[in-house]
Amino acid sequence: MSNEATLHSQQEVMHGAGAHDHHDHEHHDSFISKYVFSMDHKMIAKQFLITGIIWAIIGAFFSVLFRLQLGYPDATFPWLESILGHWAKGGRITPEAYYALVTMHGTILVFFVLTAGLSGTFSNLLIPLQVGARDMASPFMNCLSYWFFFLASLVMMASLFVQTGPASGGWTMYPPLSALGDASIGSKIGVDLWLTSMALFVVSQLLGGLNYISTILNMRTKGMSMTKMPLTIWSFFFTAVLGVLSFPVLLSGFILLLMDRHAGTSFYLSDIFIAGKALANEGGSAILYQHLFWFLGHPEVYIIILPAMGMVSEVLAISSRKPIFGYLAMIGSLFAICILAFLVWAHHMFVTGLNPFLGAFFVLLTLLIAVPSAIKVFNWITTIWKGNIRFTPASLFSIGFVSTFISGGLTGIWLGNSSIDIHLHDTYFVIAHFHIVMGVSAFFGMFAGIYHWFPKMYGRFMNNTLGYIHFWVTLVGAYLIFWPMHYEGMAGMPRRYFDYSTWTSFNQFEGLNQFISFVVIIVFATQLLFVFNFFYSIFKGRKMTTLNPWKATSLEWTTPIHAGHGNWPGEIPEVHRWAYDYSKDGRDFIPQTEPLGPNESAH
Amino acid sequence: MSGFLAVLVVVLIFIVIFQIAKASEYVSILKGEKKAREQSNRINGFLLIAFLVLGLIGVYYCNDLLKGKILGESASVQGEGVDTLIYVTLAITGVVFVITQIALFAFAFKYQEKEGQKAFYFPHNNKLEVIWTVIPAIALTVLVAFGLKHWFQLTSDAPADAAVVEVTGKQFNWLIRYPGKDGQLGRKANNLIDPAASNEIGVDWNDPLSKDDFQATEVHLVVGKPVKFVIGSRDVIHDVGLPQFRLKMDAVPGIPTTLWFTPKFTTKQMKEKTGNPDFTYEISCDQMCGAGHYSMRGVIVVETQEEYDAWVAKQPTQYSLAHPDAAPAAPAADAKADSTKTVAANIK
Repeated sequence: MSNEATLHSQQEVMHGAGAHDHHDHEHHDSFISKYVFSMDHKMIAKQFLITGIIWAIIGAFFSVLFRLQLGYPDATFPWLESILGHWAKGGRITPEAYYALVTMHGTILVFFVLTAGLSGTFSNLLIPLQVGARDMASPFMNCLSYWFFFLASLVMMASLFVQTGPASGGWTMYPPLSALGDASIGSKIGVDLWLTSMALFVVSQLLGGLNYISTILNMRTKGMSMTKMPLTIWSFFFTAVLGVLSFPVLLSGFILLLMDRHAGTSFYLSDIFIAGKALANEGGSAILYQHLFWFLGHPEVYIIILPAMGMVSEVLAISSRKPIFGYLAMIGSLFAICILAFLVWAHHMFVTGLNPFLGAFFVLLTLLIAVPSAIKVFNWITTIWKGNIRFTPASLFSIGFVSTFISGGLTGIWLGNSSIDIHLHDTYFVIAHFHIVMGVSAFFGMFAGIYHWFPKMYGRFMNNTLGYIHFWVTLVGAYLIFWPMHYEGMAGMPRRYFDYSTWTSFNQFEGLNQFISFVVIIVFATQLLFVFNFFYSIFKGRKMTTLNPWKATSLEWTTPIHAGHGNWPGEIPEVHRWAYDYSKDGRDFIPQTEPLGPNESAH
Repeated sequence: MSGFLAVLVVVLIFIVIFQIAKASEYVSILKGEKKAREQSNRINGFLLIAFLVLGLIGVYYCNDLLKGKILGESASVQGEGVDTLIYVTLAITGVVFVITQIALFAFAFKYQEKEGQKAFYFPHNNKLEVIWTVIPAIALTVLVAFGLKHWFQLTSDAPADAAVVEVTGKQFNWLIRYPGKDGQLGRKANNLIDPAASNEIGVDWNDPLSKDDFQATEVHLVVGKPVKFVIGSRDVIHDVGLPQFRLKMDAVPGIPTTLWFTPKFTTKQMKEKTGNPDFTYEISCDQMCGAGHYSMRGVIVVETQEEYDAWVAKQPTQYSLAHPDAAPAAPAADAKADSTKTVAANIK
């Protein structure tokens, strides 16, 4: 009791000051309109975030399950049978279950967590708050965007419980494997549900993306020119553009796949003999699907990483008390990445029999992406150089982001070169590469965002000590898990194998696989600690006592602690300067709302 | 029971961590925000630099531990180029890795918040930015140039004297077919596949070229002689992965692909080189193909010309296996008739 009193004694100081700001702007919403079918972008952001967290726990738990198989292929775990039933007879996961887990792990984390959970959360939360708008361009479409995501989630969740199991052909869902129910038990109803869920997901993404773009272009407050926007907004903008242009292509690919499955078409099928009979399908190309898939699939990895980049840029500047270095170069490199993202998809297909001459262009364009990426990394490092850095959990995760982005990005230079890819394609090297660069990095960006804007969302802080423990265990764990995988990949060890013991070329890593699985379990437990911290802090966290706890310049910290729908009780503030006036002219920070002084130069 | 205990222990650890975390929050409030921040800053600053040092040592240690477990020298002539490119790329990316990681963590440590320290207002510097745009661009140009040179060599046409082996993927094994004496594979079609009649590949027996084709359970290759794989699939997409030769090519139903290379060492030599008596050249399936994907293993035996010739002599033609009723004398007569037809076909 006395402790609680200590924890919350400071809040009174500020309350008096803020109280008269409370105009009658808040409508008296019913529970349904406030928490369920809310049209307030802040509530929709929380909905995306919490749904994303739930999916992240499920998706990460799946990885623990299949890592058990990889680390301890001969052991039996009776408790597995009690949760998975006939998918883990005798306490050992079956190959069918293993592939279903792998597929769902990929789908859930790539789409539901790192797309919807990441850009869905922070685009919604930050775009109106940082550009100075009362809400999104269309709050209703925004609400629909979440509920289509929710429907997609329901369908995907349902697919986990059908008799023949969920889709199990890998998250890329390549036909003919995914097109033929006879090819795999997971390609029966599981794939139909998967495609349905993903179609709903694409609708959700388009509704969200169009809204983000139109809000950023049309609803900026007075004085907020495009080049005064924080980099978060720029990154959300490019993310939305990527999504709007590439998701429809994915959907078209899915529709053709559905027709091949049920309408007797042959878009992807040709010359197939399966389950004892030759199929009549002729003339289709299984490679066509891969083109359609990767035309989204590659921009998708930037859809995942750009929001993280934006948030990291913001957090690093704030915690270093320095302007982001090379603001225009940062925008330029985001733009370059956005353009190149559409021109590199076939680097996933170097060994499909793709015309080698065509492949050469994709090598060139792929390696070109390293240039804007390098610019960003150097600019982040220069941002912290000669700063005065405060190590909040958010800034630590941002530093961790830069570290993992470097490590994972550099191996991209290996894989983007087709002559190396021809050896490393579909090995553990690829697993290590993309998990570090878009899995761990994107999560670090997301964590940075959550720790940093949690006070904005809930008016309370998350527990710092738990945040530090979370960061250090995750950073060390991530490197311990993925760094040695590069070596497994160099040995040619293929990904998506249930068991390596019968292979003389790949069975030398038994001890290493066990070690990796062990670390995975520890890191997973640490993430649960974070989840606990998150939910506990919503209700019991230290209360926010000042409007601007991080002493940031951007607009979201000018709203009341518990802003109602509409964000600012009075007029929307006018903006006079960019978002990065830190340590300028001897002042710690100058808010964007402060007019330029008579002798002051704009950045 | 032990599972229950394990969960209990984990929960207890959670509770302890949580209590510590909560207590530290109270302490920081009592101490004052500024003081608490200074303290946690010092701790985290130290941890950052410790992570950098231990991390770099760890990278070295990991390499020491695992470098013996990766593949060693490339077993094909073409793979040498792949390895060279890997070393060049490793050198360039390795240098960048070490420099940037050191800069990142050392700056973070050095410029942690200190009493009286002011951040330096440094919004941009065109010269610096141009430098670090141009240097990566040059390094990448070098890598692209090297890479494409090797790429066009790897994907060039096989030499005319290359042996031909057809590798067909199916769930979940590889079907190997040799063209026989005429060096040409007989026509095949998926609707002719009939496992019951020893025709797993769907060879058209009416095609005279098919008569001398033979199938095998292992791929046999002659050391030092180029070989061209003609790769296909009869159901879903597979991938012929040849880790020791550093090559890989998808097997796509309906779209034949090819791959050629020159093996450098016989299997026997590799056993000696690696000191592993169980050494085998393996074909791994590298494209997810269903529940048995992980077991889709093929074996390649690289041997001398004499050993190879002896092996070939022992292989019955698939035609004779598929037509057990045909008189043993028949193939010879057929072969004669065939050769005239083949010639005719070639002239056309």
